[in-house]
Amino acid sequence: MTPLIFLAIAVAGGVGAAARFALDGFIGHKLQASFPWATFIINVSGSLALGLLSAAAAGVFLPPEWSLILGVGFLGGYTTFSSTSYETIRLLMDRRILASLTNALGTLAASVGAAALGYGLGSLL
Amino acid sequence: MSLPFLRPQSLGWVALGGTLGAGAREALILGMPDVGHVPWAIVLANIVGAFLLGLLYSALSTIPQARAQRTRRLRLLLGTGFCGGFTTYSTLALGVVVMAGSGGLFWATAYALGTVLFGALATWAGIAVGILAGPGAVHRPLKTDGQR
Repeated sequence: MTPLIFLAIAVAGGVGAAARFALDGFIGHKLQASFPWATFIINVSGSLALGLLSAAAAGVFLPPEWSLILGVGFLGGYTTFSSTSYETIRLLMDRRILASLTNALGTLAASVGAAALGYGLGSLL
Repeated sequence: MSLPFLRPQSLGWVALGGTLGAGAREALILGMPDVGHVPWAIVLANIVGAFLLGLLYSALSTIPQARAQRTRRLRLLLGTGFCGGFTTYSTLALGVVVMAGSGGLFWATAYALGTVLFGALATWAGIAVGILAGPGAVHRPLKTDGQR
């Protein structure tokens, strides 16, 4: 890997993180819910996009370096595991056990499902 | 508009932290090969990042309210930015799909549930360490303040 591509992946991760922060704030502002829907929506949508992207990269649509920059960089920075894990534990500490389990396992199931769906849809293109 | 999530300075701190986090994750991927179909670099990034976020948030919660401004900046740079950019859910999700597709349903399930379980334990451990050893835990002033 060239240093330029490495740098591009890192910067794309920064852009993805900023997009996550803005969307998280926007969804939180609109919903005002006690369940962490914003992080859930971010992770599921990012997983769908990565599925689509990697299927497109397997075809001829996308040069491999762009699939790294967008997939590992942007979508890697956009989605987050640490926030979901933190929210799971915080719900648990609030004794909201069902919400905590739903957050942990629901995010996992929906994200894996979305990645599979994205990959399937991308393969049809 | 005064919506805090659109403030350019906040977005800048998050983007800077996210750049460092994503760079660190990519360095880990390059330096750590997959063994037996398991992407260990992603496992490590997610579990270490989950620990660090728990540690950061609980350590910052021990700091007195008078330093709220600096605390907020550190949350954006190190928490939302670095830990958020270092960890990833999309790579985890696609990795599970790829593993399941290549015939390893057992490993796919173990990878998925193992990451979530050990990630949760790591967050919990981080929170515990932060409460016990956070900068405000024993009421001493922050060294970064230039006072000592």
